Amino acid sequence: MANKTSQPTIRLEILRYDPEKDSAPRYQSYEVPFQEEWVVLDAINHIKDQIDGTLTHRWSCRMGVCGSCGMMVNGVAKLGCSAFLRDYYPNPIRVEPLAHFPIIRDLVVQLDGFMAKLQSVQPWIIRKEEKPVEQGEYLQSPAQHARYKDFSMCINCLLCYAACPVTELEPHFLGPAAIALAQRYNLDSRDEGREIRQETVSSHIGIWQCTLVGECSVVCPKHVDPAGAIQQAKLASTMDWYKELLWPWGGKR
Amino acid sequence: MEIHEHDVVIVGGGGAGLRAAIELGEAHPHLRVAVVSKVYPMRSHTVAAEGGSAAVIKPNDSLDHHAYDTVSGSDWLGDQDAIEAFVKEAPGEMIRMDHWGCPWSREPDGHVAVRPFGGMTIERTWYAADKSGFHMLHTLFQTALKFQATKWYHEWFATKLLVDEGRCQGITAIELLTGQVHAILAKAVILCTGGMGRLYPYTTNGAIKTADGMALSYRAGVALKDMEFVQYHPTGLPGSGILITEGARGDGGILVNKDGYRYLQDYGLGPPDPWPRLRAMELGPRDRLSQAFVHEDAKGRTIQTPFGTAVHLDLRHLGEAKINKKLPFVRELAKNYAGIDPVHDPIPVRPVVHYAMGGIDTDIHGATTVPGLFAAGECACISLNGANRLGSNSLTELLVFGRRAAAAAARFATEHPKLAKELLKKQAADEEGRIAAQFIRKQGGKERIATLRREMNLVMEESTGIYRDGKTLEPALPKIAALKERFRNVTLDDRTAPFNTELISAIELEFMLEVAEAAIHSAFQRKESRGSHQRTDFPKRDDQTFLKHSMAYRTDGAPRIGYKDVVITRWPPAERVYGK
Repeated sequence: MANKTSQPTIRLEILRYDPEKDSAPRYQSYEVPFQEEWVVLDAINHIKDQIDGTLTHRWSCRMGVCGSCGMMVNGVAKLGCSAFLRDYYPNPIRVEPLAHFPIIRDLVVQLDGFMAKLQSVQPWIIRKEEKPVEQGEYLQSPAQHARYKDFSMCINCLLCYAACPVTELEPHFLGPAAIALAQRYNLDSRDEGREIRQETVSSHIGIWQCTLVGECSVVCPKHVDPAGAIQQAKLASTMDWYKELLWPWGGKR
Repeated sequence: MEIHEHDVVIVGGGGAGLRAAIELGEAHPHLRVAVVSKVYPMRSHTVAAEGGSAAVIKPNDSLDHHAYDTVSGSDWLGDQDAIEAFVKEAPGEMIRMDHWGCPWSREPDGHVAVRPFGGMTIERTWYAADKSGFHMLHTLFQTALKFQATKWYHEWFATKLLVDEGRCQGITAIELLTGQVHAILAKAVILCTGGMGRLYPYTTNGAIKTADGMALSYRAGVALKDMEFVQYHPTGLPGSGILITEGARGDGGILVNKDGYRYLQDYGLGPPDPWPRLRAMELGPRDRLSQAFVHEDAKGRTIQTPFGTAVHLDLRHLGEAKINKKLPFVRELAKNYAGIDPVHDPIPVRPVVHYAMGGIDTDIHGATTVPGLFAAGECACISLNGANRLGSNSLTELLVFGRRAAAAAARFATEHPKLAKELLKKQAADEEGRIAAQFIRKQGGKERIATLRREMNLVMEESTGIYRDGKTLEPALPKIAALKERFRNVTLDDRTAPFNTELISAIELEFMLEVAEAAIHSAFQRKESRGSHQRTDFPKRDDQTFLKHSMAYRTDGAPRIGYKDVVITRWPPAERVYGK
C-alpha cells in the first residue's frame, strides 16, 4: 500500500451483465497492479478477490489444459490463463465473454448447445465386436497413432466457435471442435464407426456449412487444426459420394 | 424446492466419477444414474495429470513388484489388501482405457509404451506423451456420453449429504445457472470430488480442488483418515506451482543445485551413476526428493528466483527431438510460465503441494461407515497410498476404485430401494434456508473470503509443510479454530442468484477450514516421522505406536483423533531403501 503511487497499473474494461439487474451488457473498468508475470486471468482473480466479488468468470487449472477460461481479449478469442498482461501493457485490455454464445452472466456463457453437439457426433470408439480385455490392448503403430493424435488434443475451450463466422450465422452448425473430434475417432485404427458418425457430420448442420475461413485453426491454443479436420472430412465424404455413384453397393466390400 | 430422484448419484465428474458412471452404464443399465459436478466434467483436475498411469503389462514385470513398490513407497502405511487388489485389477483397467480409445503412446511394434517413474522397480507407467490425465479424462468423458440414460447435472455444487436414520439418501446442490437449491435423492451416493490442494498457497492443483467431498462426509459423521499425509511434488514451477511431470525425470532429466551438482546423492538416493536408474536419485519417491530440497535450501545451495528459492531440472541432454516427442507439454509450460525453453536452459523448480494421501475413510469397495455413502479417487482414503503415494498410481486408482465403488453402490441401491422422502425434503429445505441466512440474506459481516483463505493457506504452510514440529503445530490449532470462528463473520459482495461464484467460493472455504483443522490435529497427534509426515521433534518412524491410520472425527469442538490398524498381508514393516 505504501508504494501505491510507484506501482504500475493496467486497466481492464470488462463486459458485465447480470440478468437480474441489467437490461443490456455494459462495461466496467478496473485498475489492477501490473505484474510482469500476470496473465489476464490473474488480473480478473485479483479483481474478484480484492475489488469486486460480483465479477463472474470460470477458471480452474491456470495452465492451459482445463479449457474453462476462454474469453475475448481485445476482440480475440484467448484462454485467460495464457494471455499475458505484458503483451498489452500499457494499453487497457478489453475483456468480453466468448463470442457467439449466449451470456449467462458477465464472462460466463451458455455451453449446453456445445455439449449436445459433442454428444451428437458419438465421440467414442464404435466397433462391431468388442475385444475382450483378456486379449490385451489393440496394436496401434506409431504411424496409426499419428494419424489422429493432433485431433485428440482438443480441450473444449471453444475459442474456435468464438472465432468461426459460421457459428455466428448458423447456431446449429456442429462447429470446429465437434467435427474435429468426430474426425479424431474416424481416423483411430481402433474405431469402426465412421459411417455412423457420417450421418451427423455430413448432414445439413455438418461439414458443408464450413466456408473455409480457417480462423478456428488460428485461435486454437492446442494446434488441433479443426479446419484441417473439416477439410479431411469433406474429402472423405466426397469420396463416399463418388463411390456410391460408381459402385451402387457404395464402395463397400 | 425441486426434488430429483435417482438410484445412484455420483458427485464429481473427474476420472473416478466418470469411471464409476461407465461401470454403472455398462453393468447396471437398469439403474437411473446421475453425475453431479460443480464444473463440466472435462474441466475436472484429472485433466492436469501429466506423467502417466501405472499397471503391470510388460513380461519383465510382476504384480508383486508393483505391490512391493507401493507398500514401501507408502512407508508401510498403505493397507496391503487394498494394494493387492489394486495391482491385480490395474492392468485390466488400463487395457479398457485402450479399448475406449485412450491415445497411449506406442512402441514401434504397436504395443503400449511405458516409462520409468519414481519409486518403481520396473518401468510400468503407461503414458500419452505428457498429457496422460488430459487424455484419460477426455476418453472417459466421451465414453461416458455413450450411455444416453445418464443424467448430467453440469455445474451443480453439492452442499450437503442428506442422511436419515444413519443412511445417506441423497444430496442438496446449488444449480449455478439459477442459484436454486435442489434436493437430489438417491439410494446410493458416490463422492468423487478430488483433493484439497487449495488448502495451501502453492499447489499444482486447480482452483476447484477445495476438499468438498471430504468436508461433506466429515459432517455426515465419516472419519477423515490419514489427513496429515500431504504430498509435495518435487518439481513445481516457483510462484505459480504449475506441475512439471515426474515423467521428465523418468525420461532422463536430472535435478541439480546452484553449482550444477546432483544433490540427491547426499540424501540416501545415490550414487548418481549409472543413470537413469530405477528407485534411485531423481527416480526416488516424491517425499524423499521434496525433503532433500529443504536440506539443500538450508545449506544455501539453491537458486534465487523472484518467487523464492529453487533447484534446476535439467533436460537439455535429452535433446529437442525427445523433448518434443515425450515432453511437449513440459516444454510449452516452461516456455509460457517460466520463460524458459528446456531445450536450451534448465527449468527452475521447487516442491509444491500436489496430492492428499488421506481422505474419506473407506473400505476396499469404496464403502464408508455411513451406509449408502461411497467414495473413490483422491477424496477417498482406502488406503492405497499410505504415507506417500508413488507417482502414476493415482490415475490408475481412479479407475480401479471408481469401478469398485460403482459396483458396491449398485448393489446397495438395489438392496435398499426405499427412501424417507418426506424427511429428506425437510432436511433439504433446512439447507436451503441455511444458505440463504448464512450468505445471501445475511446482514453485516466484514471478513472477505480471499483474506480468510490466504490466512488459512499460511497456517497450513507453516504448520503442515514438508517438515513439521510440535512448536509450529501447537499454535496452529487455535489459529485454525479462530479462522473458523471468523468465517461466521464472512460477507459477500454478490447477493444475486444466477451464477453466484462468490457464494460457491464461500462454501468451499467453509469446507476447507474444516478439513484443514482435521489435518492439523492429525499431524499434531502423530508423534513420529513416516513418509510425507516428517516431525523434526520425532524424527524416527515408530511402528510400535503409529503403524496405524489416523482417524479424525468431527465434534462440536476440536476434532477427535482415533487410530485404526494398518492391514499387513505379505510385507512386514521394513526399512525403505532407495539408491544403491
